Amino acid sequence: MAEKSIEIIGLTKKYGEYVAVDNLTLSVEKGEIFGLLGPNGAGKSTTILMLLGLTEIDSGSVKVCGIDSSKYPLEVKRKVGYLPEDVGFYTDYTGLQNLMYVARLNNIPIEEAQKTALETLDEVGLTEAKDKKVASYSRGMRQRLGLADVLIKKPKVIILDEPTLGLDPEGVKKFLQLIVDLSRKKGITVLFSSHHLHQVQQLCDRVGIFVKGKLLAEGKISSLAEQLFSKNAHTLEGSVAETEKTSLSMKELAQKMEEMEGVAQVQMHDGRFVITSKKDMSVPVSRLVVNSGYGLHSLSKKEYGLDDIYHQYFQEEKQI
Amino acid sequence: MKSTLLKSGIDRLNTIIKIPSFNFPTNPFRFLRKETAENDRSLVLSPFKAMVQKEITDHITNWRFIILFAIITLACLGTLFSTLSDGMKVLVNNNSENNFFFLNLFTKSDGTLPPYFVFVGFLGPLFGISLGFDAISSEQNRGTLSRILAQPVPRDSILNAKFLAGIIVISLMFFTLSFLVMGSGLIAIGIPPTAEEFMRIIVYTILSIVYVSFWLNLSILFSVRFRQPATSALSGIAVWLFFTIFYPMIANLIIKGYEPSQYASPKAIYFYQKLKFYLVQIMPNELFDEITSAILVPSVRSLGPLTMEQMQGAIPSSLPLGQSILLVWPQFTGLIALTLLCFLLSYILFMKREIRSRG
Ligand SMILES: Nc1ncnc2c1ncn2[C@@H]1O[C@H](COP(=O)(O)OP(=O)(O)OP(=O)(O)O)[C@@H](O)[C@H]1O
Ligand SMILES: [Mg+2]
Repeated sequence: MAEKSIEIIGLTKKYGEYVAVDNLTLSVEKGEIFGLLGPNGAGKSTTILMLLGLTEIDSGSVKVCGIDSSKYPLEVKRKVGYLPEDVGFYTDYTGLQNLMYVARLNNIPIEEAQKTALETLDEVGLTEAKDKKVASYSRGMRQRLGLADVLIKKPKVIILDEPTLGLDPEGVKKFLQLIVDLSRKKGITVLFSSHHLHQVQQLCDRVGIFVKGKLLAEGKISSLAEQLFSKNAHTLEGSVAETEKTSLSMKELAQKMEEMEGVAQVQMHDGRFVITSKKDMSVPVSRLVVNSGYGLHSLSKKEYGLDDIYHQYFQEEKQI
Repeated sequence: MKSTLLKSGIDRLNTIIKIPSFNFPTNPFRFLRKETAENDRSLVLSPFKAMVQKEITDHITNWRFIILFAIITLACLGTLFSTLSDGMKVLVNNNSENNFFFLNLFTKSDGTLPPYFVFVGFLGPLFGISLGFDAISSEQNRGTLSRILAQPVPRDSILNAKFLAGIIVISLMFFTLSFLVMGSGLIAIGIPPTAEEFMRIIVYTILSIVYVSFWLNLSILFSVRFRQPATSALSGIAVWLFFTIFYPMIANLIIKGYEPSQYASPKAIYFYQKLKFYLVQIMPNELFDEITSAILVPSVRSLGPLTMEQMQGAIPSSLPLGQSILLVWPQFTGLIALTLLCFLLSYILFMKREIRSRG
């Protein structure tokens, strides 16, 4: 069994009558990138606050690196780098000074802190702005400084609460790449909360879908798709064109496709077709098309993305 | 949970008490300067000290502090100069009555401006309130609180650091002022203060720091409680107004109700006097007024009501400093108790609070 970096068991948080986090059980292994995906007000931030001991737990237990965060929050904070949503800085200090202050709070010797601060500022691309006051930073620059702020303490676990908010597309790409690199290189565990499906899909090894305080589904993105679309999980899209050698009409071709084993449904229209099937049919379908004398213009496998998963779950949620 | 909180609180208090021994910042800006960081290479600074230094830097570079400091300095110097130029004769006359000439610089004026101690009693609370009223709420509103509390520092150390930094800044200011007044007096008149006078002024300065730190603590308490700095500042000022204006009025009303007739028994009169005395004892400003009069006017022999027997045989002369301090000891403890009460309430409010990034 792999080492667990974050272990949440039966976690519940109530605000008066309102249950913000409801009996949540979740674990994240060491070195893994876990995405906590959910709409606004799902309880993502609340869960993260409890991970860090920044709010009281009503019931259940939270362990980070094997340390109980409600009992020993300081030990946990030593190991965890946390980027709050909408992070703030001391605006009349420069970016470097803000970093140095955090380094001092972490009891990092000044010389070392200076070095790491410059390195991390370089990593997040703020070297040029390091001696400017944070008041003059743009939203995205602050977010980057926030990441530098997390990295300077050399954490074992990084918790990011909607970190890509306010970054430009290029910035998002770099930001995500940086996180992946760090996690792979240094074996840092990352917990990443977001409502951006695509970012989570790009980045995360595993995803938890979190709605109204409950974890609806959890696992690898592919396995989530299988869980969800268990019958006909594969879709092929393609288009064909008639050639001199064509021996079948389009209708007959569609008929043949439908007869193939595993295919559930074929839609054919003007040479464009969509096949839904139980297993991956791309090879037999292309062979059939070519053998029947058609030219294959395009064939693409459509994988179910988080989008579909997300919508599916939210629809279910609405039905309840 | 609770016991660990308490324990960490006590640990932090220990750190506070130890502070003076680790040669406190000759230059609070030091850590901000890159080039000097080279000098203390191997230095590992404790996080708490870093926080205190940052707070001090923030105070000193803050316009709010600079303006207040200027106001108080100008007020005190104004008083001092008018006293020294016009009232030389008054001072000399007073000097013939008692030997505490230097203390007169702090307690007497020629009437155009109130004396130094009135300024301290009046502006001191405002100063304390203005240093602390947005201590926690501004961090919260800027979103820095959750970032700082995600670092491995105990939650209470942020409160302690704010408080300690405030006290250091206040001490700096009051000692500056006291020495300024003493120095000007020295230059103008040319007579050095006696050891006794000097000690009295130092004790007075220390006690005024305690007094202002009560207001500082009160305003920190409000800053923990209220998100809006304006609300917290207003609450602080409201409390101050209540104690300086309304509470004496209310106390007067109550006392009036108990006023004994001319022919009442001595016991009733004594009770009345006691009541009158104790009703005002919970007012921090009254406590401080008493402290001021006992420390700066050595001939004050008692602060409460006295019976005839106690008065009998008393020689009308000045008290030595030790006795004066004994005299104000209850008032001093009262101030400390009020300060600790505010501190305790801030702790209780802050320790269990949920820290969201903003708001
Ligand atoms: N102090 C509070 N009192 C009452 N309810 C609260 C409080 N704080 C949060 N909540 C509720 O708890 C729920 C979860 O909030 P949380 O901030 O964790 O959501 P989130 O998943 O982070 O959403 P977002 O994506 O918008 O950041 C929300 O419905 C919110 O209304
Ligand atoms: Mg959130």
